[in-house]
Amino acid sequence: MAAIAGQQQTDLREPKGWRRTSNRIVTWLMVLAFVVVLIPLGFVLVTTVAKGISIISWQFLTADIPPNVVPANIGGMGPAIVGTIEITALATIMAVPLGILGAIYLNEYGGKNWLAALIGFFSDVMTGVPSIIMGLFIFAIWVLHFGFSGFAGALALGCLMLPIVIRSTYEMLRLVPNALREGSYALGATKARVTMTVVLPAAIGGIVSGAMLAVARAVGETAPLLFTILTVTTVNKNVFSGPNTSLPSQIFANANSPFVGAQARGWGAALTLIVIAFVLMIVARFITARFSRFSR
Amino acid sequence: MEQSEQDVATSTQLPKPQVQATASPDTFDTGTHIFDVDKVSCYYSSFRAVTDVSLKIHENEITAFIGPSGCGKTTVLRTLNRMNDLIPGAHVEGDIRYRGASLYAKEVSPIAVRRRIGMVFQKPNPFPKSIYDNVAYGPRINGERNKAKLNEIVERSLRGAALWDEVKDRLKASGLGLSGGQAQRLCIARTLAVEPDVVLMDEPCSALDPIATGAIEDLMKEIKSRYTIVIVTHNMQQATRVSDRTAFYSVLRNEESDTRTGVLVEYGRTQQIFEDPHDPRTQAYVTGRMG
Amino acid sequence: MSTVTRADPATPAGAARAALKEKRPLGDRSFQILALACGLLVLVILVLIAVSTTSQASSWFAAQGLKIFTNNWDPAANQFGALAFIYGTAITAVIALIMAVPVSIGIALLLTEVVPYRWSRPIVYVIDLLAVVPSVVWGLWGIIVFAPWIQHIYASIASGVKGIPVLDSLFGSPTSGASFFTAGIILAFMITPIVTSLSREVIATVPQIDREGAYALGATRWEMIRGAVWPHSQGGVVGAVLLGLGRAMGETIAVALVIGSSATITSHLFAPGYNMAAVIANQFGEATGEFRAALMGIGVLLFAFTIIINVIARAVVERSARRKRGA
Repeated sequence: MAAIAGQQQTDLREPKGWRRTSNRIVTWLMVLAFVVVLIPLGFVLVTTVAKGISIISWQFLTADIPPNVVPANIGGMGPAIVGTIEITALATIMAVPLGILGAIYLNEYGGKNWLAALIGFFSDVMTGVPSIIMGLFIFAIWVLHFGFSGFAGALALGCLMLPIVIRSTYEMLRLVPNALREGSYALGATKARVTMTVVLPAAIGGIVSGAMLAVARAVGETAPLLFTILTVTTVNKNVFSGPNTSLPSQIFANANSPFVGAQARGWGAALTLIVIAFVLMIVARFITARFSRFSR
Repeated sequence: MEQSEQDVATSTQLPKPQVQATASPDTFDTGTHIFDVDKVSCYYSSFRAVTDVSLKIHENEITAFIGPSGCGKTTVLRTLNRMNDLIPGAHVEGDIRYRGASLYAKEVSPIAVRRRIGMVFQKPNPFPKSIYDNVAYGPRINGERNKAKLNEIVERSLRGAALWDEVKDRLKASGLGLSGGQAQRLCIARTLAVEPDVVLMDEPCSALDPIATGAIEDLMKEIKSRYTIVIVTHNMQQATRVSDRTAFYSVLRNEESDTRTGVLVEYGRTQQIFEDPHDPRTQAYVTGRMG
Repeated sequence: MSTVTRADPATPAGAARAALKEKRPLGDRSFQILALACGLLVLVILVLIAVSTTSQASSWFAAQGLKIFTNNWDPAANQFGALAFIYGTAITAVIALIMAVPVSIGIALLLTEVVPYRWSRPIVYVIDLLAVVPSVVWGLWGIIVFAPWIQHIYASIASGVKGIPVLDSLFGSPTSGASFFTAGIILAFMITPIVTSLSREVIATVPQIDREGAYALGATRWEMIRGAVWPHSQGGVVGAVLLGLGRAMGETIAVALVIGSSATITSHLFAPGYNMAAVIANQFGEATGEFRAALMGIGVLLFAFTIIINVIARAVVERSARRKRGA
């Protein structure tokens, strides 16, 4: 094992100098990037919780919305919560079945044909359309003819949710193994039966989870509601006629107010909204983890 | 490479199938022809996967399709219940008659075809539903709603597939939780539940261990009195154990286009195919020198 | 339909022929049509959006013509030149991208190259949390907490660069907590999740074998990223960035609250400003007649810009994915 005269010993240590340093710098930069993101997220969450928690109470969640001047311990956001539930539920009932059917067309019937490719492409493009445009759209074709209502807001939110549901459902349908479809065909099922009785049930976990994420997104949207529900402060149980309100709409209205009471109620509403959105997201992830299993 | 394999590999002519079922004196019997396959060629788009197959399948018999991989035996099997319709670009030339009626006529519904001609697949594919719901699936989509009737059908089918005793206490358990052999028997029970006329099996035991395989083979022999069975297998011993007739397919390589086409070489009673094959390629395959 | 009966061998051909001849069930065909209709709904909605908003804005387009691209916004005096808003949208989007893109790519690389899978889940959760914070909450926090705080920082920077040629015009006074720059920062927070997750998807499709090839030559991780990962994922990451751009241009409520609501074109990034989405959000409620038509028209322009950017972005992402699959 004598080294040949003149040759250096093999150096197995890390590359020295600039190579090692630059590698280290880049790695730390990447970590820094993550930290940079943690900070504002932390600040927003901590602030919202801190400022909102003191005002949250059963009374807050159910009482009427008082004028902005009124101090913080009076009144609440009841109508806004009712409105959010009404409008978002209606939007979900419209957008989710239509979105699932659209995804069924794309994956089960469309295959590789040009129309399916076009629809899939523009469905993705549609997720990038600003939500305020949806509001303007529904204003133009609905509100101008039928007036402001929770339903109009639901239409706008539905347009927002539709492409999201289509994309996530499509991805889930793609994952269903073809062997399951063949087993169903071999028993003499029509394509519709195969889809409804075997494919959908197999993908249902992922589909529900995707729909919940779309709802989480819709719950926090303000812009589509601005010109469709005409934010008011009273409860409107009739979602099909008359102006309405929602949590994000109220927060937007209160944010610009100089009154402390209004701002405090705004923080309370913001905390409520964040909790709703987070719960939806966590449940969605949980469903994905537990129910997306096709084979052992 | 053996001499006979080279013959197959380099022959560019489409050979006449050496032995037709009708040509052999053994087959002048009284069994009815369930399938009459007449000069059938199968294409995937422009690729000819199988060429010029003609044979007759007899009722209440087990017919085995054997041959090396890529020879088209599964393709031919799938034409018998129009499963190849599901593959874009797949089409069939020639005619296949089922009990005298053409399977590929314009007015024929593939759905109706598959209700009468069932299929068991190579890899068990139970639905992610309960055992009960797996077996009840077929009858339910055919309109059966009566609970008592469904219970009876499920029990009968599971008994028919020799699975009842093992699962009768856990019918609500997921079908995905069964072992390979049990899952395959579940798929057979599922197929039997719609009371088909014919059961097609595509290498049903290739994913199973020898004991499970034996159970399936016993099952096949037991149910053949009520059904007609066509089985694709790459296991020659299995063919000799269970089948009444055997069809041997092989591959024809086309030098110019560098493609392989499947072709039916010989078809006859199993005993004759294995003990006294008429075609040298058959002989080479069954004596183990090829494939 | 009744249960299937076994084909009767006594009358084989006739029975079989009759039994096989079933028409395609009505339910099956209707289902297919229904599914197709739902798919088409996407295209129909997009076309309807374009048509309805344009028709509502037609009086503005007709009256102003090319003057819509002038910086002359004075509703009281019936002046509706929208250049200030287009400028504002562009500037805030650029600021957001400059800050968000390096951070997003950094996190994406962190997740795909550095962090072992087990530790990646918490990081992904954080990104998901960031994505789920509603725009209005960002706006509320932005205007009540963030803006007053950062106002001080702006003021010190402004006094610091006073007199220095380029820097003064960018970062000098006037300064305000609610400004272009603040809007840009908040936008950066909001577009990071989408740019990160899409970049991560793109980078993850780089074949492992290419990474190993670089490592086998003795490369450090940074060298491997530069040599093996980046060339492959370049295209896709550009697509991800374009998607972030589209998102930054369209994000409305947070911007409406923190941008300062002042329709001016100025190079001073710390000064209050306005952008397309924000002016619609803030002013549409009270607008009538030609004012409303003008705002609707700004919406049409915004729609057109974002559609174009999204189409390009998706096409870029798809092309790089296709090249990968073919390779």
